[in-house]
Amino acid sequence: MSNEIFTLHVNGEARPVRDSWLGENLLDVLRDRLGLMGSKGACEQGECGSCSVLVDGHLVCSCLVMAASAVGQQVVTIEGVAPVGTPSDVQQAFVDAGAVQCGFCTPGLIMAVHDLLGRTPDPDDTEIREELAGNICRCTGYGRIIDAVQQVALARRADRSGS
Amino acid sequence: MSIIDRPTSTGPRHGALGTSPTRPDGVAKVQGTFEFSSDISADGCLFGATLRSPYPHARIVSIDLSAAWKIDGVQAIVTAEDVPGQLTYGLISQDQPVFASDVVRYVGEPVAALAADDPEVARRALDAIEVTYELLPALLDPELAINGQFDPIHPDGNVIRYQRIVHGDTDATGEIVVEGTYEIGMQDQAFLGLEAALAIPDPGGKGIEMHVATQWLHEDRKQIAACLGFKEEDVRLVLGGVGGAFGAREDISLQVHCSLLALRLGRPVRMAYSRAESFLGHVHRHPATIWMRHHANADGSIVKIESRMVFDGGAYASTSSAVLINAITLAQGPYRCANAVVDGWAVRTNHLPCGAMRGFGAVQACFAYESQMDKLAIACGVGPLDIRLLNAMTTGDVLITGQPVLNVAPVEECLRETDALPLPDEPVGGHARTDGSVDAMKLPGGAGRTADARDIVRGIGWGVSIKNLMYSESFDDYATARCRIESGPDGPTVFLKFATAEVGQGFVTLAPQIARSVLGIDRVELDQIDTQVGSAGSTSASRQTWMSGGAVNAACELVRSLIFEHVAAVYGCSAVDLFIDHTDVVDPTTGRRFDVAEACADVSFDETAVYRHPETSEIDENGQGNCHTAFAFVAHRAVVDVDPELGLVKVVQIATAQDVGVALNPLSVMGQIEGGIAQGLGMAVMEEIIQVDGVIRNGNFTDYLLPTFLDMPPVVATLIEQPDPLAPLGAKGVGEPPCISSTPAIVAAIRDALAQAGIDAPLNRVPVRPGDICL
Repeated sequence: MSNEIFTLHVNGEARPVRDSWLGENLLDVLRDRLGLMGSKGACEQGECGSCSVLVDGHLVCSCLVMAASAVGQQVVTIEGVAPVGTPSDVQQAFVDAGAVQCGFCTPGLIMAVHDLLGRTPDPDDTEIREELAGNICRCTGYGRIIDAVQQVALARRADRSGS
Repeated sequence: MSIIDRPTSTGPRHGALGTSPTRPDGVAKVQGTFEFSSDISADGCLFGATLRSPYPHARIVSIDLSAAWKIDGVQAIVTAEDVPGQLTYGLISQDQPVFASDVVRYVGEPVAALAADDPEVARRALDAIEVTYELLPALLDPELAINGQFDPIHPDGNVIRYQRIVHGDTDATGEIVVEGTYEIGMQDQAFLGLEAALAIPDPGGKGIEMHVATQWLHEDRKQIAACLGFKEEDVRLVLGGVGGAFGAREDISLQVHCSLLALRLGRPVRMAYSRAESFLGHVHRHPATIWMRHHANADGSIVKIESRMVFDGGAYASTSSAVLINAITLAQGPYRCANAVVDGWAVRTNHLPCGAMRGFGAVQACFAYESQMDKLAIACGVGPLDIRLLNAMTTGDVLITGQPVLNVAPVEECLRETDALPLPDEPVGGHARTDGSVDAMKLPGGAGRTADARDIVRGIGWGVSIKNLMYSESFDDYATARCRIESGPDGPTVFLKFATAEVGQGFVTLAPQIARSVLGIDRVELDQIDTQVGSAGSTSASRQTWMSGGAVNAACELVRSLIFEHVAAVYGCSAVDLFIDHTDVVDPTTGRRFDVAEACADVSFDETAVYRHPETSEIDENGQGNCHTAFAFVAHRAVVDVDPELGLVKVVQIATAQDVGVALNPLSVMGQIEGGIAQGLGMAVMEEIIQVDGVIRNGNFTDYLLPTFLDMPPVVATLIEQPDPLAPLGAKGVGEPPCISSTPAIVAAIRDALAQAGIDAPLNRVPVRPGDICL
């Protein structure tokens, strides 16, 4: 345990981190030191994707990232996706499509889907499945999640062609 | 209140039964603001951790806490000596110690717990507790538990339950006889939201409040109170957000340990399991060995079944006795069968304890009887669909327990509707990409890119199943709900209160739908889910739509009758004639309509109802008796691509038609179907807890394989909607059936593919491993 302070940039804000120990992972620092409880821990070894965040634009499992190594980088968590009460298009599509049951995997999946659609606006079925295969959902069997992703891609395509 | 002019409505209004409104907790869940039990904290709270046995069977010689106490930040350590009340807990029989004191019986059994200022300190302090063990021989072979050759490893003995079924003419025989021995591996529920709780002691330590993710608040409360030596009313439970359950939260895990620490310290204590600890800390699906022999006439009609089923319950009983009864009483599957002899054992071993998991005994039996049905089809020279249609049971048929099936039993419809669903248009090995090359991601093995498209063989297989709904064997199974209406400046609001555990299945969506349909009021709020209302029973056995749905419906109907009396008093009409049409109260004798919201403007009503299903009975020594409440059915057809050389399997499509009674929320039903099939797929080809000498070898998500987006194929589904007259809303539970017969359907499809490749692999064990196919 150390009282040294390092500063993370999370969701556009400078956030001093106190009482962390060197080597503490980013997920635990986000949750236990910074009170950002939206990222979830379910496997602690990078298999399930529940803790997915963006670090300098790259989708990572925050349980596998040493928090101190993210100093100087831009971290975006589920709390930074959209203001509370104003869901993003991906978030709203998850709700509407029935892609949420227990919801524990959902924040990580929202991060992964935003990342996917940012890079690949029109993913085909294989691309969706391969890109999201690092996020495990135990409730839904994935069908409604794929539906939600396709709906967002479709709506964004319509927006693009309309503008 | 005034008379309004509106036509009779057609079709359900949005948000009522039969529509698919979005989840009330949906936005919070997608935004990360929904509070799961692992997110709950309290000022000044400490962190608990559990010390567990490293041995499957050992005598505890001594426990030395002195080194642990010396670690700065350790605030409390508790062992068996510190349990003030009952020393054991358990769902059906209380045979599991809160902490082992004399003997440990499985790897992972709790021995002590402690609380510290920080979770890391707590974990370090566990390592400092010195327990001296004297190793004992471990009972790991269920047959040794049955044959009495192993000394009892528990005062209750090594056989948890034996039950026989003898039905009809036991000497009956048929021209065709097929038999086989089938094995089912130990599956983990693998919910994503790990076990977690917060215990807050009352000032003075005379009571406690616990926020916990569970399936059954009142049962938890009963067991916690007994162990703490408290009256039940001094233990208040609040449902912490539940990240999936699937049976694993029906038993106590950390509840008593966390409470003991909090009471010892007079401070809030949090406990949260890691994934590795979770694999040790909850019960699993029973591994089973099932021998089965079918006698049939030459045309394939079943004459008699014989079976011997052995379920490994692990170290403590949990729900083993009920799981066993499901398996043996459903051994015939959804098929007519006049004669049967079945012997079933649930035994105690030094393996991980087993208990509830989605499907609850029906899963194991189904893999055996469906494998048998395919053998029977081959022996009779008919197709797998034909053999099932020939034997399909229907309403009024009698089970091998002597119980008649009184529910709608559309087994034939499930089969025919599944058969009518289109086969995948995906060619074997997947559509070629635009450059003509093969899309390797569509091949078995996927990202490994090891399979050669030319070697792939496609197979089709069938699975059909029967599942009992609700609790069995004379259990007093009930659910409670409270409905009140309060009026405000914006009109009335319905408040619903129940203790029904929302574990992801969507009861929080369904309950308001029921209220909207019954009461004609759109604004419905849910009170906190806790023990400040009567029990709702467990969120298990596909029972909450029927049971808690029945209770919410009944409470709303009580309130509705008060609304009708109020309207009748004001307008001088007869209350018994009135009915609700959308948001109107209608007087059919005059055709007058009144807006419900207006009718409730100045009144408030508050009613609580308890719903009970009809009583069930015990079974006798021959396994005869009306032990089950109701039944649901489903058919699955699987299409798989197999690489026979490498033993790799890709499931290409699952088609299903499910007997749902009524789809009260079609989108939620689809979610249960797809999610259940994913778990059935896992059981078929991926998921198994491996124990070697009683030690778990794959208690993590790297080594315990769960279906991902790439493993799970598209599902095409038809809902068979035949309202069940015995169900309060016409709807059957839909949660368990999808994961029961999807497993044997997939295995049958693999067998079919291998047969086409000229390979005769029995595949009598699930999960099917590559070596079972190619070696």
